Amino acid sequence: MRTPREPLFLARQSYRKRRIEDAARLLPLLGVILFLLPLMVGGEVGSMRLAYVFTAWFLLIFSAGILSFFLGQNLDQDASGEDTGRPESSGGIDKTSDDTRRL
Amino acid sequence: MLTFNTLVVVCFLYVVLLFLVAFGADKRARRSKVRFLSTPMIYTLSLSVYCTAWTFYGAVGYAARSGLEFVTIYLGPTLVMIGWWWFLRKLVRVGRSQRVTSIADLVSSRYGKSNLLGVLVTLIAVVGTTPYIALQLQSVTLSFAVFARDRSAGWAVPDLEQTAIWVAGGLALFTILFGTRNLDVNERHHGVVTAIAVEAVVKLVALLAVGIFVVWGIGGGPQGIAAAMDQVIQDAPEGAWAMQGGRWVGLTFLSAAAFLTLPRMFQVLVVENVNERQLAMASWAFPLYLFLMSLFVIPIAVVGLSLMPAGENPDLFVLTLPLYFEQDGLAMLSFLGGFSSATSMVIVASIALSTMVSNHIIMPIWLSTRLSGAAEYGDARQILLAARRLSIGAILALGYFYYRLSGGGAALAAIGLISFAGVAQVLPAMAGGLFWRGASRSGAVAGLVTGFAIWAYTLFLPSFGEAGVMSASVLANGPWGIEALRPQALFGVDGLDPVVHALFWSLILNCVVFVFISLMSFPSPLERLQAAQFVNVLDHTSSARGRSFNAATSEDLLVMAQQIMGAEQAQAWFQSQAEQQGKQGYLPDTTPDFIARLERELSGLVGTATAHAMIAQILGGATVSVDDLLAVADETQQMLEQTSLMEAKQEELATTARQLSDVNEKLTQLSIQKDAFLSQISHELRTPMTSIRAFSEILRDGGADDPEAAARHASIIHDESVRLTRLLDDLLDLSVLENGQVQLYPKREAVRTVLDRALAATSSVIDQEKVHIHRNRSDEGIALYTDTDRLAQVFINLISNAAKYCDAKGKRLAIRVRERGGELQVDFVDNGSGVPLESQSMIFEKFSRLSDQAAAGGAGLGLAICREIMDKLGGSITYLPGQSGGAFRVTLPVRARLHQTDNPHAQINHL
Repeated sequence: MRTPREPLFLARQSYRKRRIEDAARLLPLLGVILFLLPLMVGGEVGSMRLAYVFTAWFLLIFSAGILSFFLGQNLDQDASGEDTGRPESSGGIDKTSDDTRRL
Repeated sequence: MLTFNTLVVVCFLYVVLLFLVAFGADKRARRSKVRFLSTPMIYTLSLSVYCTAWTFYGAVGYAARSGLEFVTIYLGPTLVMIGWWWFLRKLVRVGRSQRVTSIADLVSSRYGKSNLLGVLVTLIAVVGTTPYIALQLQSVTLSFAVFARDRSAGWAVPDLEQTAIWVAGGLALFTILFGTRNLDVNERHHGVVTAIAVEAVVKLVALLAVGIFVVWGIGGGPQGIAAAMDQVIQDAPEGAWAMQGGRWVGLTFLSAAAFLTLPRMFQVLVVENVNERQLAMASWAFPLYLFLMSLFVIPIAVVGLSLMPAGENPDLFVLTLPLYFEQDGLAMLSFLGGFSSATSMVIVASIALSTMVSNHIIMPIWLSTRLSGAAEYGDARQILLAARRLSIGAILALGYFYYRLSGGGAALAAIGLISFAGVAQVLPAMAGGLFWRGASRSGAVAGLVTGFAIWAYTLFLPSFGEAGVMSASVLANGPWGIEALRPQALFGVDGLDPVVHALFWSLILNCVVFVFISLMSFPSPLERLQAAQFVNVLDHTSSARGRSFNAATSEDLLVMAQQIMGAEQAQAWFQSQAEQQGKQGYLPDTTPDFIARLERELSGLVGTATAHAMIAQILGGATVSVDDLLAVADETQQMLEQTSLMEAKQEELATTARQLSDVNEKLTQLSIQKDAFLSQISHELRTPMTSIRAFSEILRDGGADDPEAAARHASIIHDESVRLTRLLDDLLDLSVLENGQVQLYPKREAVRTVLDRALAATSSVIDQEKVHIHRNRSDEGIALYTDTDRLAQVFINLISNAAKYCDAKGKRLAIRVRERGGELQVDFVDNGSGVPLESQSMIFEKFSRLSDQAAAGGAGLGLAICREIMDKLGGSITYLPGQSGGAFRVTLPVRARLHQTDNPHAQINHL
């Protein structure tokens, strides 16, 4: 029997991963726009604009935090593949260098 | 009661604490327990060297003078950090994969390991950073002075110059102890980084504590602050709190650019980075740090402006407010925060600068005094460390003298942004190098020189004031009275803020020159290799193949590496490399791969350009050969080949699949044909048998008394059995022909004779059907060497077919013989309606008959037998369409051998 809501995409995870990367690339653009907005209003800076700048700033940090949580998960997978692919960063060398790097 | 002496003691204890932290961290690192030290948290906190004393104290002063604008200094880095996936990730990846030791090293490595670029960037960094170090010394000195001044009754005013020299000396000692403690292949300083992380916490806690005290202690909560702010805005000079679009955008961009290019930021951001997870956390945690650092800046400024006596230096509100309200403990904390900011900046900046100076200036000079050969590097390690230490001392001395010369006045306070703009000149070369393969060394050099010169002319030199390098008249009217060259209104662009003006012109012209020269120049092969590696670093992490040398023995390389990496470490490294190649001992083969790895190891210590030069000295060739480029091109070629190979294979598969389906169809047809054949055979055999049985039964039962009828019945039985025999003969003949067990008896004969025989054999049918035969006997003299009896059989079949099936009234058969290209062609053309198109392909099959003319007496095997015979004779029989009637063409090579008969005289051919 078919469930009524069957996923349409098979590679949902990798699709979501790529979209998160897109979001991470677009976030600084959003930041630029948010930080340019206060210029649209002339005159002296009041408490309102002060509050706006700090709120926008915090929202950006919050979004970056959420994105980095997901991106960090992806990094774990990437890093494991990367390490095996690079013989020059093999553990044996680093360990010996740690022992002998004192002067 | 806080005394100056207490302050000095606390300060000393704090420094001792930092020493202990750094020492402990280094010890842990040496015991390989780097897990804790490389946590993302430590990394994030170490980024706080961005917040120097200039931001710790200066931000409040900045806010007191121009309102919200101070925040731009933090917004730029915030944008860079939250956009890490786009830029920083690539930068850090390049930094790790290329073992980059400094920003000068990055640029030099990208543009073909050019030492000229390394020197240029180093110079820019030194010129841009020295005033900044002076600024830190000033801030520490000033903060000491605040304490001294307030309690001056009774205590001697300390000598400020002496304070500065003590601070500079102490910092030099700390930096030399922990910054050059190790000569690490990764150029990472765990001790220093951990100490800086501690200082980051102190900074943040101090500023937050002062902020909370100001807002809820003396400011009357958020409402009180808002009210005080309105008052301050009213009292402030016109436009001070207005937002200036140019400065807002310009300074945000400037701080973002400087965040990436400041030597100290590059050091903590890229060089000290261990993995990308650190970056992922820092992407939000560092902006949060900046956010918290600037959260209370405006309240402190507002409260300070409204409560402190007029004329108080707003730059020191963070310190003077707690003191004014007798909060000695808080003032102490605040002082330590400022002290931390200053010291962490100076330590990291001097480490970064000393690495650059020693790798790009001192080592190349030292190297050039040596002759080639590994034995010459006997004291390289010591030289390198001495160079680092010397550089640190020199840089701090330079900062101190700059501070002394500038007099520590207001001119120094403005140096922060000027310094930012100076180092930001590296940005085009850096960003271009990371994202554009076409960026070339000449372009980078030209862009850097242009940008740096314009920066110096429009911002740096005028910053010394009218008494400095530039006279008032030059500033007002331009050199030699040329208005267009006025330093602060270049090309007549005035009305811009000096910093924005300088930033605009220097970076615009920097980029234009960089791009233009890059487009015009032709990079060297090594440069192009490096460019590909930098730009594509995220696509593949494998290193490009390097040069191949056979002359150099790895022993020479080991001797050199020992002197630079240290004997034990070098041996261990060589051994592991040899192991990777599947060899025993310490001497791996000098494969291009090994050379590339060794160079990268060394570049972690002495910088890319120097490492490259050292290896080149030993191997005796610094240039990339055509072979190396071909090797790189080869990889691309291989990919292309693989792709085309795949395509070819796919095509092959498609062809095979088509063939298979064709064969399958044929098999199906054959199966159908076989069934039809069997049913035909049974039918053909059954019909005569039935009549034979019927008549023989009549005869047996004496049903035919009349001897005449009996004779008729007997003759029918005879006829039918003859027909049966003929059918079986045909079948046997066909089966023999098809199985190839035919015996051929070739002999020499003319076509005419064969035809005569065939006509003679069919004369009864011809006479019966009244067929008129047309022949041209003169053409028929062609001699043949073949089994003419078999050929005659074919002719007989065709002639009798024509006689039987021709449906014309006056039947005519034309037999034409000719020779074409060594082939004999015999056409049999009648004047009937011929064979319909759809049946033409079928007539040569067994039992195919166009109609159910059973009366014709054939079983439909004649043409099939003809085809088989012609096949065996090495010729063919085809239906010839488009003639006046039915037409068949028999083709036979005149001189050709018989089918697969090697010896024409062989009497028996078992084919």
